[in-house]
Amino acid sequence: MSGEGLTVRDLRVTFDGGVTAVDGVDLDIGPGDLRFLIGPNGAGKTTLVDAVTGLVRASGSIRFGGEEIIGEPVHRIARRGIGRTFQTATVFEQLTVEQNLDIAAGAGRSALTLLRRRRNVPESVGKALEITGLTALRHRPAGVLAHGQKQSLEIGMLLVQDVKLLLLDEPVAGMSHDEREAAGELLQRVSEDRTVVVIEHDMEFMRSFARSVSVLHAGKVLSEGTVAQVQADAKVQEVYLGRASEPEPSVAVPVPVPAPVREEV
Amino acid sequence: MTVILNQSFTGVSIGAVLLLIALGLTLTFGQMGVINMAHGEFIMAGAYTTYVLQKPIGDAGVSLLLALPVAFLVAGSMGALLEWLLIRRLYTRPLDTLLVTWGVSLMLQQLARDIFGAPNVQTTAPGLLTGSVSVAGVNLATSRLFILGFALLCVAGLAAILRTTPLGRRIRAVVQNRDLAEVSGIATGRVDRTTFFIGSGLAGMAGVALTLIGPIGPTTGTNYIVDAFLVVVVGGIGRLRGAVITAFVLGLLQSVLEYSTTVSVAKVVVLVGIVAFLQWRPQGLYTVRTRSLV
Repeated sequence: MSGEGLTVRDLRVTFDGGVTAVDGVDLDIGPGDLRFLIGPNGAGKTTLVDAVTGLVRASGSIRFGGEEIIGEPVHRIARRGIGRTFQTATVFEQLTVEQNLDIAAGAGRSALTLLRRRRNVPESVGKALEITGLTALRHRPAGVLAHGQKQSLEIGMLLVQDVKLLLLDEPVAGMSHDEREAAGELLQRVSEDRTVVVIEHDMEFMRSFARSVSVLHAGKVLSEGTVAQVQADAKVQEVYLGRASEPEPSVAVPVPVPAPVREEV
Repeated sequence: MTVILNQSFTGVSIGAVLLLIALGLTLTFGQMGVINMAHGEFIMAGAYTTYVLQKPIGDAGVSLLLALPVAFLVAGSMGALLEWLLIRRLYTRPLDTLLVTWGVSLMLQQLARDIFGAPNVQTTAPGLLTGSVSVAGVNLATSRLFILGFALLCVAGLAAILRTTPLGRRIRAVVQNRDLAEVSGIATGRVDRTTFFIGSGLAGMAGVALTLIGPIGPTTGTNYIVDAFLVVVVGGIGRLRGAVITAFVLGLLQSVLEYSTTVSVAKVVVLVGIVAFLQWRPQGLYTVRTRSLV
């Protein structure tokens, strides 16, 4: 058991006003993959994730675990085991860390149990607190957490939902070097029994942790394969640099301003 | 001294009524941000529920106790139906919501006139709630004491639901971030309807309580709706504690000013005071501090 696969065929998203953000994307993400989606701003990466989670209307086909999910309500798709994070760290600001996790853990609960007061939190919540290192902060409102802690909480919320497919939108943006390493290792551990898709601008992070990469450009898949294959692809270099140039380490897009990194002396 | 105590009690009872009618609004307006002008008509529906139940039952005490849960269900169902039929289609359009629900409010008033007639009707209060008790030389009407106790009970109940139950957590989660709630697997549409059901049901119970302090008519609700919105706005949108404090402060202010001036002057002074207060603190008494990026 290593998650479920995602199969996308001819996916198109057009916004009011005629802008086509996703223009016929085909994707095959196998169970247990750790796939990175990269591409310049406006390539359609986030819109693609929005379409898979049902937040924007799309045409084409999205199959998850063999079943068609396009057009389903957002919460149904979530209950199938597809979880996501948002570009800016997004948590329930006024609820405590523990309540955030508890909500994610019990989303599918029946109406009758909703009024029952519970003192104990589910076991999965305690485990997620531990994995994300937030145990000491469990009773704090999530709104006062530091940016990196919110991002950890987001991932924790996906873990307690027991999702089979994680879609992470820039999970390490704004993190320090050490935090990135830790987050990358967490992703690798998580992807042992789940499928993980990561949108990321940080090429160094991508090179260290990606199992496979898809490059999006102008709403289409430009290139796909292992890190080495994608880096060697002339089309990719052209998109990023505006011209073909020597490989390695040329595929270096501007990294979103990282937090100050303190190097070991 | 007796005068001060007397006026204080009057103020507290006005505050209790304000609190009771505003409580439902702290959910539908405060939490969800829906300006529902038909909220007053849910109060009216609750009041007429008491009237209707009293006819066949006879015993005023039994019918009053029975009317509370029934009015909750009646008004709650009306609210849930209104949410499902109209309001959920207008969540991004506050002005349209205001107009549509105002139209619904007029229709419901006319409906009440058609069914019960235009003149006000009177229900009989149970014997226990018609007298008064004397404390330190001050006569406290038992009906007012009942309303005060009932209002505080409702606040405690609502606070308990919002803070300690998974349902309350979900209501707050949907209010705080709809998209995140949905991708976490919460059926936000159903949560909206439940929230509306509870908020409208509370209005219905407030209507039952209002039958104890005067006759009821088709416009019973409208008379209170502006005050109810004021309480929620001044208290700070979505803050239960703010609404409680505001209701009692406004009640006391009203009663003190009424004693030293006239009813109309008191009303004017209170309204001017609210305008001045909101200039100084537009966000109301209480606000939420977070480090949100959005």
